[in-house]
Amino acid sequence: MLDHAKEEVPGARYIAPGHNFGSISDKIAGIITGRTPFSWFVGFLIGFSILQLLLVALTYLVFKGTGIWGVNNPVGWGFAIINFVWWIGIGHAGTLISAILMLFRQHWRTSINRAAEAMTVFAVACAAIFPIFHTGRPWLAAYWLFPYPNSMALWPNFRSPLIWDVFAVSTYATVSIVFWYIGLIPDLATMRDRAKSPISQRLYGIFALGWRGSAIHWQRYETASLMLAGLSTPLVLSVHTVVSFDFAVSVIPGWHATIFPPYFVAGAIYAGFAMVLTLMIPMRALYGLHDFITERHIDNMAKVTLATGLIVFYGYCMEAFFGWYSANQFEQFMITNRMTGPYAGYYWALIMCNGVIPQLLWSRKIRTSVVPLFAVCMVVNVGMWLERFVIVVTSLHRDFLPGSWGMYYPTVWDWSTFIGTMGLFLTLFYLFIRVLPMISIFEIRTLTPAAHAKGDAHHG
Amino acid sequence: MADVQQTAGVHGVMAEFADATELMAAVKAAYADGYRQMDAYTAAPIHGLAEALGHDDRRVQKLTFIGGVLGFLGGFALCYWTSVIDYPLNIGGRPLNSWVAFSIPTYETTILLSALATAGGMLAINGLPMPYHPVFNVEAFRKTASSTGFFLCIEATDPRFDLARTRVFLEGLHPKAINEVNA
Repeated sequence: MLDHAKEEVPGARYIAPGHNFGSISDKIAGIITGRTPFSWFVGFLIGFSILQLLLVALTYLVFKGTGIWGVNNPVGWGFAIINFVWWIGIGHAGTLISAILMLFRQHWRTSINRAAEAMTVFAVACAAIFPIFHTGRPWLAAYWLFPYPNSMALWPNFRSPLIWDVFAVSTYATVSIVFWYIGLIPDLATMRDRAKSPISQRLYGIFALGWRGSAIHWQRYETASLMLAGLSTPLVLSVHTVVSFDFAVSVIPGWHATIFPPYFVAGAIYAGFAMVLTLMIPMRALYGLHDFITERHIDNMAKVTLATGLIVFYGYCMEAFFGWYSANQFEQFMITNRMTGPYAGYYWALIMCNGVIPQLLWSRKIRTSVVPLFAVCMVVNVGMWLERFVIVVTSLHRDFLPGSWGMYYPTVWDWSTFIGTMGLFLTLFYLFIRVLPMISIFEIRTLTPAAHAKGDAHHG
Repeated sequence: MADVQQTAGVHGVMAEFADATELMAAVKAAYADGYRQMDAYTAAPIHGLAEALGHDDRRVQKLTFIGGVLGFLGGFALCYWTSVIDYPLNIGGRPLNSWVAFSIPTYETTILLSALATAGGMLAINGLPMPYHPVFNVEAFRKTASSTGFFLCIEATDPRFDLARTRVFLEGLHPKAINEVNA
C-alpha cells in the first residue's frame, strides 16, 4: 500500500475523517441505547417465525426418527451433511477476518470483525444442529461423539474422520466464542457506563467483569488477543480440512481426492465472505454505518471473495481433469455422470453461480456498488450450497454397481430443518445487533490520532 | 507516621489528561520522579503506556505455551489410552497405536487448551472479574473512563506517596482535573 507510509495514524484511512473517542462511542453505543428502528422488529419477526419451522421439524424428528428425512440407500448422506458443511464453511470468514487479518495487521478488519465473529458463532450453532440431530436420538449422541467414561466402557474410534470432526468443530466453536467474548469485554465496559436502566447496567456490568481500562491490563489483553489470533489461524485452516477428510478419507469416487482440504478451505472462506457481505450491506445501510464500513471495506471484501472464488473454481477444473487423467473407469464415470447425468442441472448451476457470475467482481464498479454486489453474494451463497449438494449426492447416487443406483429426494422435513436453521441464524443475529455493539468500539478508537502518543517510539 | 494516618482510606490521587500524548508525558514524568505504584486508564490500548509505567509482563504467552503442551500431551494420552490400553479394537487391520490418525484430535486439543489458558490466564493475571475497584469512586472516571477519559492514578501504596505532595506534583503536569480516590 503506497498511501500507508503517508498516514500519521496507521489504518486511519479506514474510517471517515474527523472522528474521536467520544463520537465513535456515541455512534456505535447509541445504536443500542437509542430507539430501536422499526426495520429491526420486522427483520426479527421474520427470523423468529422461520425459527419456529426448525423447532417443529426437530420435534417431529425426535418423535419419529430420521426416517422422516429423504436419506436412504444409496444416498445415505443427504441434507444433514450438506447443510452442516455449508454452515460451518460460512463461519470461516469470521475467523479469517478476526485472526488472520489481525496477524497481517490489516486495519480494515477493525470495523467488520465483531459482526463477522458473531456470524461465525451463530453459523457454527446452526451447523451443530445437523450432526447432533442426524443421530435421531440426540440425548444419546454424547457417548457416540465425546470420549467420556460411560457405563458400557465404550470409547469412540479415534481413527475415524467423524471423530476428528467432533474434535475440530467443538474446539472451533469453543475458541470462537472465547475469542469473541474476550474482544467484547472493553466494549461491554463502555456499555455498562452508558446503559440507562439499572437492569442493563447490571447485566453489562457482570459481563464486563469489572474492566477498567488499566494500561497494565491492556498490555496483557493485547498479548492475549494476538496469541488467540495466532491459535485461531491454524485452527480455522484445520476445521474445513478435517471436514473435507470426512469425504476424502473414504474410497468413493468424487470424494477420494487429495485436493479436497485446500479446496474446501478456500470454499469456506469464499462462502463466508459472501455471507459477511450479505449481512454487512443491509446492516450498514439500515444503521448508517458508512463512516466505519467504508467503500474500501466493501471493496476489499469483494476482492477476497473473488480471489477465493477463483481457487474454488480451480478446484472444480481439477476435479474434472483428474476424473479423466485417473484412467479409472469409476472416476471417469463419476465426472461424466455429474456433468450429464440426472443431476447435471445442479452441476451447471453450480458452475454458473460459483465460477461464472462472480467474475463480475473483476469490475471495480460492481465491487463498490452495493446492489449488484449484494446480488452476486446471494448467487455465491446459493452456489456454495449447490457445491455441497453436488459433491454429496452425485458421488453417492450411482456407485460401483449399477444395480444399486438410485435417486435422492429430500422431503419437506429436510427442507424445513434447513430453512429453519436460517431462522435460528437470523434470530440470533438480530438479537446480537440489538444488545451488543456490532462494531468493535475500542478497536475503532485506535484508528484515531487521540489513541497515539505523538513522538513515541512505539508508534504504529 | 503522620503520612500513614493521612493516607488511610485513600487509594490514591488521580489526574485526568486530554489525550494519549499528554498522558504518556505525565506517566514518564511520574516514573522519572520515582513513582512506581501507579496505573493509567484509557478507553483504547495505547502502545508503550504499560512500558512507560515500568511494566512488561510476559506471563500470558508463557501460559499459552504451557496450555499447548498440556493439550498436546493430554490429547495424545486420551487417544493412546482409550485405543491401545483400555479398549483395544482392530479397525481394518490398522495398528492399535495409529499415531497418524491420533495426531488430528491431538492437534485440536493442543489449540483448545492453549486458547483457554491464554484467555483464562489473561483474566486471572489481571485479577478479573473484579466487581469493585476504588477508581470507580471518582465520578469523572465512572462517566468517561470507558469512552473519552485518559487517567493517571498514583496509588497510596507507593513509598513516595504523600497526599499533598503527590497532588502538587500532578498539578505541575497540567492535567484537566485532579481527584482524590477513596479506597
